[in-house]
Amino acid sequence: MVKPISLAVFLLPASLSLAEQEPINFNRDIFPILSDKCFHCHGPDDTDREEDLRLDIPDGPLGTLTPRDDYHIIKPGEPEESELWFRVTSEFDDEIMPPKSSHKAPLTEEEVELITQWIEDGGTYEAFWAFVPPKREEPGKVRNREWNRSPIDRIVYSELLKRDLSPKEEADKRTLVRRLSLDLTGLPPLVEEIDAFLADKRPSAYETLVDKLMSRPAYGEHMARYWADLVRLADTNGMHKDFHREFSPYRDWLIDSFNENLPFDDFIAYQLAGDLFEEPSRDQLIASGYNRMHMIIDRGTALPEESLHKNVIDRVEAFGTTFLGLTVQCAQCHDHKYDPLTQKDYYQLYAFFNNFAGAPETVRAPERGLQPPYINLSSPKQEQLLATFDAQKLDAEIRRDATLRLQSASEKWPENWDLVEVPFIETSRAIASKTVEFETSLSLEGEPGTAVARFIAGEPVELWVNGNLIGQTFDRKQGAAAELSAILQTGSNTIRAVAKRPTEFGLVLDYTIGDQELRLTTGPDWNTRTGTENSWTTAEAASETHWDSKWTKSAESVEVLAILHEIKRIQKERSAYLRTVPGAMHMAERSPPRQATMLVGGAYDAPGEAVERNTPAFLPPMEPKEEMYTRLDLAEWLVSPEHPLTARVAVNRIWQQFFGVGLVKTAEDFGAQGEWPSHPELLDTLAVSFMESGWDVKELVKVIVMSKTYRQSSDANPEEYKQDPENRLLARGSRFRLDAEVIRDQILAVSGLLNRELYGKSVKPPQPPGLWEMVSMTSENKTYIADTGDDIYRRSLYTYWRRGMPPPQMTLMNAPSREFCVARRERTNTSLQALLLMNESEYFNAAKVMAQDLLNRSGSERETLSLAYEMTTSMEPDRNRLKLMENTLVDFRDYYEANPDLVKSLGADFDQAPEVDRPELAAWTMMTHSLLNLELVKNRR
Amino acid sequence: MAPSYQQFCDTLNRRQFLKRASIGLGVTAFGGSLSPLVASAKPGLHFPARAKRVIFLFMAGAPSQLDLFDHKPELERLHGQPLPPEISRGQRVTSMTRGKKQVVCASIFKFAPQGKSGLVMSELLPHLSKHADDICLIKSTHTEAINHDPAKTFFCTGSEMPGRASMGSWLSYGLGSLNKDLPNFVVLSSAFWSGKVNVQALYSRLWGTGFLPGKHQGIAFQSVGDPVLFLSNPDGVDRNLRSKMLDFVAKVNAEDAELSGDPEVHTSIAQQEMAFRMQASIPELTDLSSESESSLALYGPEVNQSGSFARNCLLARRMAERDVRFVQLFHRGWDHHRGLPTHLRGQAKDVDQPISGLLTDLKKRGLLDDTLVVFAGEFGRTTYAQNLDPRNREEYGRDHHPRCFTTWMAGGGIKGGMSYGETDEFCYNVAKDPVHVRDLHATMFHQLGIDHNKLIFPHQGLDQRLTGVEEAHVVKDIIA
Repeated sequence: MVKPISLAVFLLPASLSLAEQEPINFNRDIFPILSDKCFHCHGPDDTDREEDLRLDIPDGPLGTLTPRDDYHIIKPGEPEESELWFRVTSEFDDEIMPPKSSHKAPLTEEEVELITQWIEDGGTYEAFWAFVPPKREEPGKVRNREWNRSPIDRIVYSELLKRDLSPKEEADKRTLVRRLSLDLTGLPPLVEEIDAFLADKRPSAYETLVDKLMSRPAYGEHMARYWADLVRLADTNGMHKDFHREFSPYRDWLIDSFNENLPFDDFIAYQLAGDLFEEPSRDQLIASGYNRMHMIIDRGTALPEESLHKNVIDRVEAFGTTFLGLTVQCAQCHDHKYDPLTQKDYYQLYAFFNNFAGAPETVRAPERGLQPPYINLSSPKQEQLLATFDAQKLDAEIRRDATLRLQSASEKWPENWDLVEVPFIETSRAIASKTVEFETSLSLEGEPGTAVARFIAGEPVELWVNGNLIGQTFDRKQGAAAELSAILQTGSNTIRAVAKRPTEFGLVLDYTIGDQELRLTTGPDWNTRTGTENSWTTAEAASETHWDSKWTKSAESVEVLAILHEIKRIQKERSAYLRTVPGAMHMAERSPPRQATMLVGGAYDAPGEAVERNTPAFLPPMEPKEEMYTRLDLAEWLVSPEHPLTARVAVNRIWQQFFGVGLVKTAEDFGAQGEWPSHPELLDTLAVSFMESGWDVKELVKVIVMSKTYRQSSDANPEEYKQDPENRLLARGSRFRLDAEVIRDQILAVSGLLNRELYGKSVKPPQPPGLWEMVSMTSENKTYIADTGDDIYRRSLYTYWRRGMPPPQMTLMNAPSREFCVARRERTNTSLQALLLMNESEYFNAAKVMAQDLLNRSGSERETLSLAYEMTTSMEPDRNRLKLMENTLVDFRDYYEANPDLVKSLGADFDQAPEVDRPELAAWTMMTHSLLNLELVKNRR
Repeated sequence: MAPSYQQFCDTLNRRQFLKRASIGLGVTAFGGSLSPLVASAKPGLHFPARAKRVIFLFMAGAPSQLDLFDHKPELERLHGQPLPPEISRGQRVTSMTRGKKQVVCASIFKFAPQGKSGLVMSELLPHLSKHADDICLIKSTHTEAINHDPAKTFFCTGSEMPGRASMGSWLSYGLGSLNKDLPNFVVLSSAFWSGKVNVQALYSRLWGTGFLPGKHQGIAFQSVGDPVLFLSNPDGVDRNLRSKMLDFVAKVNAEDAELSGDPEVHTSIAQQEMAFRMQASIPELTDLSSESESSLALYGPEVNQSGSFARNCLLARRMAERDVRFVQLFHRGWDHHRGLPTHLRGQAKDVDQPISGLLTDLKKRGLLDDTLVVFAGEFGRTTYAQNLDPRNREEYGRDHHPRCFTTWMAGGGIKGGMSYGETDEFCYNVAKDPVHVRDLHATMFHQLGIDHNKLIFPHQGLDQRLTGVEEAHVVKDIIA
């Protein structure tokens, strides 16, 4: 059984294919053809299935090896007796498969030959590779001592040998220190660090450097960034009004987990189900915020039940992409077309995520960007202060209740006052923002008994009787009642109300003299004056009051009002203080759980049969359990040793970080439509070791960067690039453009501007004007207001990420919008990127700062140029390069000397420099700016 | 239009340098080469194209078809009465009107037949009415989502969920670029508008590439600052210095390419070249000083204001002349849940003369024949009123309505003076010839020579297409 022709595995040119012929591998050679060309109509999904035929299985009534009445789909050993062969080779339009109507291209000659050979060899099926647990096979020794130490190198080396290729030499030390530094921390090495590494001649120098870099906090920041893409970490809702949504504590937790090397199984469990641990820790709760990172709409026009459904779909998709490496969302409306994932499987997964205890939509502009449930991440000191507020509030509430109790026991405070229509008064001479007073006198002939006044105004108002402040209201249109029994006196009484702003005023005073029940109300006989007047004039009947007299039935006592006012003040102070305390949204289950059902055609309002939580049937089953499965069970299931996907998917993504492409190129899809791995044994070996190590991420990273494979030089000849552009065979070190964040961080680091502070709220470095205005609909987030000071030089991981309009410095360089999960970034090379690096104001400013710094150093021009080159590229310029730099600098300088206006417009920062030095500074700015635009700087190599 | 002498020299100098450095220019089209699908294609990908480019006028917020295009005289009689349940059929409404009475509301605006064709249009569109014989109203357009965000995402990318490729990026991917100095897909968003209520948000995903290669991304032109982000040199750097700097960078890069063997370096050099050319071609594009008084006047007085819809219409014409493949204008402020007459008057005024000017101008320059102009909101508005004041006919609003709304097309091989599809007497359901947004997409593609079933991109194991997995149909009857 040998391959009939040379096969282009993962699209390599034929010239790089195997030197020796290899037997047909069903998973590698046959399955992708069947999946791509046939499964749509003859696959796992029965909705569009044609002809009772499934090409994904050999047995059963629909299987390919089961003989039909008078023919065979596949007759082992006899292609020409097999309908499959007949159909894919037919010359007739009505027979050929795939049919024209499918818009699928017919099989290529190579593919037909493979199918033919496969049938000749017996047409045997094998289980799909990614759904079988990974096995470690000790890779055979290779005849190269250097390449024999690591299983990675053995496998890579023997694959190269099979193709008559050999690996590259180890890269030079400068390249290695740069590569390691960028790959492990996302930052370039400082010149001192390069020097130290060059000076370290011990055999352990490389390993020492690796350990040093991995122990830096920047390592965790760098690793967190990749995870952020995967889980769509951002700072806004992403829908409708796109309000702020606070996830910085989750981001900080990510950094810490990578730095503290939290085992990956715990890392998964905390995120999926941190809230379900017994007495969950803060970290576990913060991590469970992973479940809250979906896009979410704010309350308004959407239908909550539809929003709920969309949130769940988003969670299920994230789960599928992040942990399973599968496109589970395809089974939302029908069984998966290519993978054995049924629609029921999908809704069983859905059931794990449809039971969130919180609301499916946020309120308008949620305070602190938090939506319940969340925890406050207060320090002990902050907690103490919050507790003080709470104690004050409790004290006031007790006083309020006691006062109310006393009053209800008193006859003077009926449960319901009688309703009184009160004539309101005002003054037409009022001036805004000046006080208004109303006054009358009340003459009593006998000894007053009980007396209670009720009063109200359109603005807060004080009531004074006989020179005593009786009480006040604190809110507009708040009716108050005050007891005056001990205040009123026989003879003349003065009753006066003072409002801070012009308003209407009403008062009713009930009092007794002996058995007589008497009443005084506001009316045109009252006097009034405004803050600007000394003398009193007659009040006017209020032309219109905007409230009715019902308050007379429900006036609160001034004592209670004062306490209520105090409570309000405490609350206000507390929430103002709370705004300075970070908070983290977490996951929580609702009780009783929401019943999940199938949804017909995936429509939220078309429930079908009820389903229970479970995992897809084609994957290993969960431990049997009496009660309902939880997300914690789901997390445990993911990391069980027989799970075929979790470790492979995780290891592959980490590999991709270091080589630019994963062993499985389609990092987001390990299913039938995904790509066959370039080195299947290597993937499995790494996956098994990863699990056996206790899911030790740092160990995995170290094993990768310690390999000879990783340390190869990336220099090659154009022919080698042509034959393997993506370096899938690993015959050289990988070279690729750095990610957006690393490009920005590098510019800041090289110029010395980088602020290395860890953690905290997201920051807003400057961006071009008008971007937020272009998309915003509300005042809360209409304008992007850049931060100032050192905050704008934080690492890009901390840059504020608005999903509806992410920072252009990032997106132009292929950073995703974080609206959905992304397992691998694309790398394009566009003119807009060139413009960004040429003209972005902060990037150019960094060049200026760097030029100023360089000119402050001592040394010849030649030495300084050499230093500038080393700072940016980590390399030393050779003589020619230095000469070119010198000439260019002269050119720049001459031009600036001839154009003093240009020097002037280069910026106010130059004002400190003496007049004569300015053209020099300008020329150096152009030099550093040029260096920062080099491919040597933009690329990881 | 020929570039100015200075631009010509600039380009020449840079090219000469490149020759000296013996670097092949490699990829010169904006953002890269033509898509592999079209390597050998003549105009049109799958069949001859009727249009080369599209100007898409997107009315974000959803204008009322009942007050602009779909005249329902019967409603005068039914005004104030409840919408019969056999019409509303218990269909989904928004949470704003759920559980509320559905009271029929006639438009207060007058309608009259226009042009030779007698196409009936609202008095709010006096200028556009003069083009009645050029446009084809599609009154039976319908969509899925009932809220702005998903509906806009659906219209622009074919899916309510984010992550798919937008219309313009599909065209860029399928048809490649027609010019080498300008982007292929440009977005022009109005910076102001008259309808000041409920201004709905936009999202960059509406012109994103989703799973398609990033170079097909729509480039949003800005009304303040640089029209294209980061286009201008920093203060203190002029074009000569930029050229000197790029010379140096290209020399070092070329040596780097020699040593490393990495072919991507050549692409970078070519992209820097392109960036340098754009620094001249974009200002030339947005500089309106060469426009005559009379052509400016076509677009109405607001054309003089940067960021106006009128200015953007003029820019769209200039882009059409320079063969930008897909220009998408966004005008916001159409979400009239209350006070519709006031706000709609303003909005209609914003766009009426500019659109009419655009059609006139394109026609005059012979561009309308191969430019497809499309006008659409994300959905329509309800026949029943919101916030109705029975004493004041000026005071009513309308809710979101995905079941039927009016869009229109003009030019690019579409029949003019035609009305296609019908709604019922209430303008609630489609009565005849429904046109799903997917069908509109398919038709647009068809005019550009693309079979919507065949323009695919493999992603997540599926052959992705703009029209998705559901069937879509080209509306053949409206094709001239």
